[in-house]
Amino acid sequence: MLGLAAVPLIADVIDEPFYTVMFSRMLILSIGAISLNLILGFGGMVSFGHAVYMGIGSYVVGIGTFHAIEDGISWMGNGLIHLTIAVVFSALTALFIGSISLRTRGVYFIMITLAFAQMFYFIAVGNDNYGGDDGLSLYTRSKFYNILDLSNDNSLYYLNFTLLIVFLYFSHRLINSRFGILIRGAKSNEKRMENIGFPVYRYRLVAFVIAGVICGIAGVLSANQTDFVSPAVMHWTRSGDLIIMVVLGGMGTLFGPVIGAVAFLFLEEFLSGITEFWQIIFGPMLVLIAIFGNGGIDGILVRLDKWWQIKK
Amino acid sequence: MNWILLLEQIMNGLQLGVLLFLLAAGLTLIFGIMDLINLAHGSLYMLGAYLAATFTNWTESFFVGLLLTLPACMVLGMLLEIIAIRNIYTRSHLDQVLATFGLILFFNEFVRLLWGPIGLDIQLPEILNGSVELIFGIRYPAFRLAIIAAGIIVAILLYLLVSHTKLGMLIRAGASNRQMISALGVNINLLYTIVFGLGAALAGLAGLMAAPIMTVEIGMGEEILILTLVVIVIGGVGSIRGAFLAALLVGFIDTVGRSFLPDILGFFVTNDVADTAAPAISSMLTYVLMALILAIRPQGLFPPKGV
Amino acid sequence: MRKILFWISASALLIISQVATAETVKIGFVTTLTGGAGAIGNDMRDAVELALDHLGRKMAGSDVKMFYEDDTFKPDVGKQKTDKLVKKNKVHFVSGYIWSHVLMASRNSVVGKGPFMISSNAGPGPVAGKLCHEDFFSTSWQNDQTTMAMGEVLNQLGIKTLYIMAPNYAAGKNMVAGVTRTFKGNIVGKDMTKFPAQIDFSAELAKIRSAKPDAVFVFYPGKHGLQIIKQYAQAGLQGKIPFYSAFTVDSLNLPRLKGLAEGSLMTQFWAPDMDNAVNKRFVADYRKMTGRYPTFYAAQSYDTIMLINSAVEAVNGDLSNKAAMRTAMRKANFPSVRGPFKYGNNHFPIQNFYLRKVIKDSEGNFTTSIVKTVYTNHQDTYAKNCKMSW
Repeated sequence: MLGLAAVPLIADVIDEPFYTVMFSRMLILSIGAISLNLILGFGGMVSFGHAVYMGIGSYVVGIGTFHAIEDGISWMGNGLIHLTIAVVFSALTALFIGSISLRTRGVYFIMITLAFAQMFYFIAVGNDNYGGDDGLSLYTRSKFYNILDLSNDNSLYYLNFTLLIVFLYFSHRLINSRFGILIRGAKSNEKRMENIGFPVYRYRLVAFVIAGVICGIAGVLSANQTDFVSPAVMHWTRSGDLIIMVVLGGMGTLFGPVIGAVAFLFLEEFLSGITEFWQIIFGPMLVLIAIFGNGGIDGILVRLDKWWQIKK
Repeated sequence: MNWILLLEQIMNGLQLGVLLFLLAAGLTLIFGIMDLINLAHGSLYMLGAYLAATFTNWTESFFVGLLLTLPACMVLGMLLEIIAIRNIYTRSHLDQVLATFGLILFFNEFVRLLWGPIGLDIQLPEILNGSVELIFGIRYPAFRLAIIAAGIIVAILLYLLVSHTKLGMLIRAGASNRQMISALGVNINLLYTIVFGLGAALAGLAGLMAAPIMTVEIGMGEEILILTLVVIVIGGVGSIRGAFLAALLVGFIDTVGRSFLPDILGFFVTNDVADTAAPAISSMLTYVLMALILAIRPQGLFPPKGV
Repeated sequence: MRKILFWISASALLIISQVATAETVKIGFVTTLTGGAGAIGNDMRDAVELALDHLGRKMAGSDVKMFYEDDTFKPDVGKQKTDKLVKKNKVHFVSGYIWSHVLMASRNSVVGKGPFMISSNAGPGPVAGKLCHEDFFSTSWQNDQTTMAMGEVLNQLGIKTLYIMAPNYAAGKNMVAGVTRTFKGNIVGKDMTKFPAQIDFSAELAKIRSAKPDAVFVFYPGKHGLQIIKQYAQAGLQGKIPFYSAFTVDSLNLPRLKGLAEGSLMTQFWAPDMDNAVNKRFVADYRKMTGRYPTFYAAQSYDTIMLINSAVEAVNGDLSNKAAMRTAMRKANFPSVRGPFKYGNNHFPIQNFYLRKVIKDSEGNFTTSIVKTVYTNHQDTYAKNCKMSW
């Protein structure tokens, strides 16, 4: 963690600002993965449309700054307004998608969340005023009055870093609260929870909305980081990537999604540096982790730790 | 309304539908019997297309290429099952997603190494390369007609296989009650390998038939995989009949949306708006359909009995 | 003694390495190298390499280092790769860009950030108009121009009703706007298809058959061009309804079309048979190197390197002198395959547009040949929205 905090300093010293950008992306995707982990890892709700909220957050920033520049409406470039609107829209969207989807189970749940995500994807594609399929370039980043201007890559990095810590702490508190215990209980045995008299559907819906909101905030950060918004942000492959990160890192653990996101992006950068055909190594690696991992990288780490202890 | 256009679009919908059915049939069987989410099904479709293009270019005959591609895909599928897939049946769906996603990456790069990044072409034989006259002087591309015919023949053969043979009986039993057939002393490993090989051959056949109209290239399996998943979920996982009807439904919706939506929208909004909104809305239709069906029937249209 | 030797060699190494890094001209080239459009990127890369060979792989005596990046046909990926070129590789020029939407997404990462941006193909309207920038140059055309020329051709041919098909992305919209601006007849139908996902055009072709227009005009670059022409023939429309195109038939798909496009008409700023010394050498050497005719993408990429070279030579390798490099590029003082041309105020070429036809050359290869000149020294319509003047 301390190492992560020092990334921009080191990057500045060795004059490689690219690494700040790369690690910034890892932090943002980590937040996205943490939010998905809340419902997927702890609640057993496999949403295949989680990137929608990333897209909503991104488009709030994209559309806001677009009007701030084009029409000179300065409040539309305000970062606090971006965050607020992103939170509200993500919550409403999650409420809508969740209230219908949570009536289904298993693979049907996976596919209905995908269906809604695709609908939002195509709405963005069809919206010509904001670039349609071609996307929208940001001509400025979110501004938090005069206190914080995200145009500086380092300030953005530290905002990402702070929010990551905040959401890690939040999810730690949440999963150990009464609410969290209920959600986890419903994952292992839904019938029993219902029989005891807990409104499982309502609890799940609340969790679904919380996850959506956090991911929406990640979307706000993501748009600022890439200076560009396009429907591709909510393409199903992005939702898939988020799932892969969570499963790879270890679902249902606190740090699993962070490990997964960092490992995913690091392997991508590292392996693609070695060979153009890096996916031919990455692919079988995923297969092996799925077959032998049982709990992703985090699971492997835990077992290594145990083995170490026993050996001692 | 222009009836000739309507008829032609129905044919187009049918053609897309049977193509989707070939993919969906294998996927829904694998899903229903082995309880496996196989994202790599699209990769088998891609491999089918590449093999077909390669064999056709070697032998300079589309039909010989076809005869070589199907067994090759079947063997490939069985090998894949024995090497990798067999190990993940008992794992959670998410581990399966991770593993088969890894396989997609692997196959995409494998194809790039072997065949290069550019993609291949299939030269159609003369008799399939033109258009033929249907009734009332309507002309329709011969190859698309061949796809429809092949798709319907396969559907009939599958029906006969599943409802009138011993293998089919086991498949039906497997789809509705997995524990039962293993308790009956059936060689479950062999059954799984055969079903997976069968699914691979069907995916390969779909790839082969899509190849001449949709270009053979890396990643061609991913978009159609999602549509195929939509089909099997609408139809009800494990149900071949459901997959068939859902495939036709999705095929029609997609084609009709593309061809008539701009005009329909034109009644309500200005032409400019209709022109830009129509492509997006028509792409959305299949997903709206799926969401509606699942909202009303959370198990799909034809859930297999006894689950 | 050892110590002294060590220090001498160390400082020598330091000096050499500094000289080497200071003098190398670093050029990023973002294009599509994988998937169905990968063939285009390959073609462009070949042309860049040929241009460097022609220059002796040096510019004003300095070494040249190329960084090729694959945008995989996606705006967001192209943007990321561009960021990497600017921030990590610290290139002096970012060039390439086949696709308008990729260029639009990447633009902000380059202009005003240090390097020059040279588009080797894409020419979306905004970049030529309101968003024109002193750091941006094009060696191709503005998207609307080629299809405006086509509109004129259709008028001259007496076409009254036209059906238009194009992909629904930035360039597709520009292309359609261009032909619509100049075509005087009636547009009876228009389909904007999802790009690049849609490659089966059966539903649209059925509509064309039913609409019975005088002519069909399409814009489908890359592999989509191959698809639409093949499917047009399979649907039995070829020979029934005349087919006109822009950027759809190119030297990459012509051999694969095997005569399906013979006689087909299109407009373009350049053709392999253009009669000037630079072009003759380019086409001959390119064919020697690759065994095929160069595409227009290749021609523009060759010009990109030559334009960059003219800038580097003007400042004698002093890459910190951006103002002088800009002044040099504005003169368009380099051997272009299209012959001499001038830059407009928006840094887009003011150039001729020709009607070209697909023919068979003496060896039986399909290629394109100029029929006539449609526009002379044509400037794009967005230039007037560009506030830059010099």
